[in-house]
Amino acid sequence: MPIRTKGQTKTIIAAAKKMKRARYVLRLFIAGLSPRSTEAIRRVTAFCEEYLANRYELEIVDIYQKPDLMRGEQIIAVPTLVKHLPAPLHRFIGSIDNEEKLLSGLDVQLSTRPVKS
Amino acid sequence: MNPMKKPITQNSGIAKCPTGIRGLDEIIFGGLPRGRPTLLCGGTGCGKTLLAMEFIVRGIREFNEPGVFMAFEETADELAANVASLGFDLPALERRKKFAIDYVRIERSEIEEIGHYNLEGLFVRLAHMIHKVGAKRVALDSLEALFAGLSNEAVLRGELRRLFRWLKDQRVTAVITAEQGQNTLTRHGIEEYVSDCVILLNHRMINQVATRHLRVVKYRGSAHGTDEYPTMIDETGLRVLPISSLGLDYGVTKERVSTGVKALDATFGFKGYFRNSSVLISGTAGTGKSSLAASFAEAACRHGERCLYIAYEEAPAQIIRNMASIGLDLSHWVGNGRLQFHAVRPTYYGLEQHLVAIHKRLEEFRPTAVVMDPLTNLTPIGTAPEITAMLTRLVDFLKRRGITAIFTSLTDAQRGQEQTSAGVSSLMDTWLLLRQVENNDDRKRLLYILKSRGMAHSSQVREFLLTDKGIQFHDAAPRDA
Repeated sequence: MPIRTKGQTKTIIAAAKKMKRARYVLRLFIAGLSPRSTEAIRRVTAFCEEYLANRYELEIVDIYQKPDLMRGEQIIAVPTLVKHLPAPLHRFIGSIDNEEKLLSGLDVQLSTRPVKS
Repeated sequence: MNPMKKPITQNSGIAKCPTGIRGLDEIIFGGLPRGRPTLLCGGTGCGKTLLAMEFIVRGIREFNEPGVFMAFEETADELAANVASLGFDLPALERRKKFAIDYVRIERSEIEEIGHYNLEGLFVRLAHMIHKVGAKRVALDSLEALFAGLSNEAVLRGELRRLFRWLKDQRVTAVITAEQGQNTLTRHGIEEYVSDCVILLNHRMINQVATRHLRVVKYRGSAHGTDEYPTMIDETGLRVLPISSLGLDYGVTKERVSTGVKALDATFGFKGYFRNSSVLISGTAGTGKSSLAASFAEAACRHGERCLYIAYEEAPAQIIRNMASIGLDLSHWVGNGRLQFHAVRPTYYGLEQHLVAIHKRLEEFRPTAVVMDPLTNLTPIGTAPEITAMLTRLVDFLKRRGITAIFTSLTDAQRGQEQTSAGVSSLMDTWLLLRQVENNDDRKRLLYILKSRGMAHSSQVREFLLTDKGIQFHDAAPRDA
């Protein structure tokens, strides 16, 4: 474990604080309005409301309506949740069975959660 | 019957989708199974992507069937650049709305699986392309990427099954590439889903020369060649050598062609060699074999035929210069396109690639006369049985196409004049032996006709000279045979 200087520690804390305020730009790709799709929409929306309240933008894209969008985002599976911001870009495929995974994957900083080093 | 075409017999009504790839359609009796998926497997660098792409591009260019390519390994730009050198202009085909390509990137580090999913996105992207151009052909290269990028095998396999059912419903002929496995046909068992037709490509080193082969492992509902066929990738794409079965069923002709030397024609009943016969001219160094072969080539050109001169010993310029000294103006025939040289160092390829290269020249140039000088230069690249096998195929090839062929062979003075180094004399219809005999201060050039199937010939030994007016025989008229 490298020994951190005071200056470095200050930077990490500042970054963590910034993440707490970070704005999330997300896109959810679903296939039509099947029960699976509506369930995925429900879960993702609930997740965002709970953990990212007031600091997220969620766009829902139906691949049947807008097939051209899939290319740019490299979508092959549904449902896929794409995190555009904060960087880096990441894709989460599957309806949210595992909230923990999504939380850590999105690197969500919550006051109740321990800050990850 | 046209000697150029072998009859392609149809079997059990399976509709075929011709690939347009030289040699392949012959082996699979017309083409790939229409409306079904074909699996193409092989190791890296064996040409799977190229074959898949050629299938699509030739489908558009030669059969007016639009096609789509779903690429998992290379981007659309990379692929376009790779095939541009083969004369495949992908962007132009896209503009004409005959072709669509989609690069699917599945990078494990960018994906996290957090629940249940299916691959509907893949289906929609593929369907989108198919409908955009009205595709009849689809290539997927390579499905291995799905296994590398996604970890839920149960989902993957279920979706693959669904994909192949879906492809059949779309009524497209699909080519799927996959990596060859260690103990299984494909690394991830894709053959489970694609089993109508399976083609294996490989790329090995034999005697330090890279050789490529193609084999049809399976073709449900159709006859197919079962051998391993040599293939080559040249500047026009993939070429397969459809070695025909060595049946002795070629058409027979009574037509004759000049030997190039009037007096020698006289020896063969005043006419010359049979068209589509094979002639062997053997002798030790300096006996005049190349001169006799070149005389034949020159005469063929003079009579309006095209001649391919396969030179394994000397450069064309040297041959032209040497033959000019005996009054043969080969440069004239090169100039007006009747004479073409195929001069290549024998060790440049393996034996089978030589066959493929010759096949290519024959297809492009369509000569009716061929000279190979000397065939014995092939000995460093194969054993005697291998060379005999290769020459057997070549002679069979040439006879089927009605081509008259002259082969020169250098014999070893020690070994004895009648020994040909590759034991090929049995393949030849006519065998001429050239000798030089020293007699006091005199050196005489002699020609013996050791054999000549189907033709009366003089049994006399003929003496000849190499003059600046060509080969001249001493005796004016042959004694009766």
